[in-house]
Amino acid sequence: MTANDPSPNHLQLTRDGQLRHFLTLDGLGRELLTDILDTADSFIEVGERRIKKVPLLRGRTVVNLFFESSTRTRSTFELAAKRLSADVLNLDINTSATSKGESLSDTLLNLEAMASDMFVVRHSQSGAPHFIAESVTPGVAIINAGDGRHAHPTQAMLDMLTIRQHKGSFEGLKVAIVGDVLHSRVARSQIRALNVLGAGEVRVIAPGTLLPRDVEDLGCTVEYDMARGMQDLDVVIMLRLQKERMEGALLPSEREFYRLYGLNQDKLALAKPDCIVMHPGPINRGVEIESAVADGPQSVILNQVTNGIAIRMAVMSMAMGGQVAERQQKHSDHEGARA
Amino acid sequence: MTALLDINQLLDELEAGLRRILAERGVDNPALIGIRTGGVWLADVMSKRLGLAEPYGELDISFYRDDFSRIGLNPRVAPSSLPFDTEGRDIILIDDVIMSGRTIRAAMNEIFDYGRPASIILATLIDLGARELPVQPDVTGKALALDAHQRVKLRGPDPLRIEFQETGQ
Repeated sequence: MTANDPSPNHLQLTRDGQLRHFLTLDGLGRELLTDILDTADSFIEVGERRIKKVPLLRGRTVVNLFFESSTRTRSTFELAAKRLSADVLNLDINTSATSKGESLSDTLLNLEAMASDMFVVRHSQSGAPHFIAESVTPGVAIINAGDGRHAHPTQAMLDMLTIRQHKGSFEGLKVAIVGDVLHSRVARSQIRALNVLGAGEVRVIAPGTLLPRDVEDLGCTVEYDMARGMQDLDVVIMLRLQKERMEGALLPSEREFYRLYGLNQDKLALAKPDCIVMHPGPINRGVEIESAVADGPQSVILNQVTNGIAIRMAVMSMAMGGQVAERQQKHSDHEGARA
Repeated sequence: MTALLDINQLLDELEAGLRRILAERGVDNPALIGIRTGGVWLADVMSKRLGLAEPYGELDISFYRDDFSRIGLNPRVAPSSLPFDTEGRDIILIDDVIMSGRTIRAAMNEIFDYGRPASIILATLIDLGARELPVQPDVTGKALALDAHQRVKLRGPDPLRIEFQETGQ
C-alpha cells in the first residue's frame, strides 16, 4: 500500500495492518472490525469491576478536540480515556482560540507542543479528521468522533457491538435504518459496517427528500413505506431528525413526519417479535420515536450508551498500540540500517 | 534437559505443594485463579484435585502488560472473568510457566482492581528461572534450566502435555 493509494488505509493502518488512526470504516475489513468488537467485549467486563480502570494509556495525553458541540459522544470519549488511565484535555473550540482567529494548523501545533498522544476530533466539515491525520506529527493518533455528513465510525461500531450482544451474529439479520439518512453520518458508517460484517439485508426507510442521491450504492435497499419496511426486521435503528441541518423545505411538518416515519408500538408490532430498537441519541420523543417504544422492553438505547464507552476504549487503545508498534518498527529498521 | 516430562508427576507435585501450604497457612476456603491460557487449564485440573466447589476465575492480563509501549495491544484479548469477590479472600494464582515474573506482576495488579485479597499463593507448573523481577512461586511442579535456544510450552487442554521447542538461534 502506497501513499498514493486512494483508500484512506495508508493513513489508518500500519504496514502490518494494525489500526493507527480511526477515521472511517471505508477500507477496513471484517477481521479488523471483529477485532474491535472482541476487544470492546473485554472492556465491558472492565466496566463491571470495582475499579473500572486499566493502566494501558497511563501517562499519555488525550485531547478531545470538539469543533462541534456534543454531550454524549464527548463524555463517553472522556470516560473511555480516563478508564484507560490517560490524562484528558477537553477543548471546546467554539469558545477558544479559533474564535480569536487562530488557524486549525496553529491550534494543532500548540497541542502537539504539549506532547499530546491522541486527538479525538469532531468537526462539522467532512474530512477534517483526515486533514488532521495527514498533517499531524507521526506518533499522534487521530480518532474521528464525527465529521460533517461523512462518518461517525465509533457510533457505528458501538451499534454493531449492541447488535452482536443481542443477536449473537450478523448472519442473515435484517436491519432497517429509519429517518433522516440524508444528514446522517451515523447511517453511512452503519450501512458500511453491517455490509462488512455480513448482515443479511440493510434497508433504509425514509422519504425521498431525506435520502442521499444513489443511496443504494452504499449497500442497502430502499423502502419509502414504513409499514412495508418493518416486515421481518431483526433490528430497527431510528435516526434523529436533524432539524439544525435542515435547509429548505425537506419535510411538510414534524407531525406529518411522525405519522409516516415515527416508530410507535403499532409499527413495531409489524417486525419480528424479538426485534430490537436502537437510536444513536439524542432522542426527539414524539418526532421520530414514541416514548413507550423508546422506554419499552425491545429498546436497547441505553445499552448503546454503555457500549459506547467500551468501543471507544477499544479503538483508542488499538490506535495507540498501532502508533507504538510502528515507532518500534521504525526504530529497529533504523538500527538494522546502521548495522 | 529436554527429556520427556511426565505431566501427571508435575501435577501431583503441584497438588501436594498446594495442600501443604494451605495447611501451613490455615487456609480452608481458597479462591482459584488461572492466567490465560495454560494457567486456566491448570486451574481446571487443580480445582477438581483440591475438591473446590466454587468455580475458578480466568485472568487475561493483556490490559496490564508492561510492554504496551513497545509492542502495543495484544490482538487476542478475551474478557477476564472472576465469578467471586476477591476482597478479603485467600487466592491461589496459577500459571503454567514462570520466567521473568512480569506476567505475575501484571496479574497481581489486575486482581487488586477487583478488590483487596487477604493473601495470594503463587503456583506454577514449571519454573524456568531467569527472573527479572522479585517474584517467586510458593509452589512449583518442577524447576528447569533451559538452554538459550530452547522453549517450553504447556499444550492442552485435553490432554495436557509439555512441549519443548528449539528456536534455532
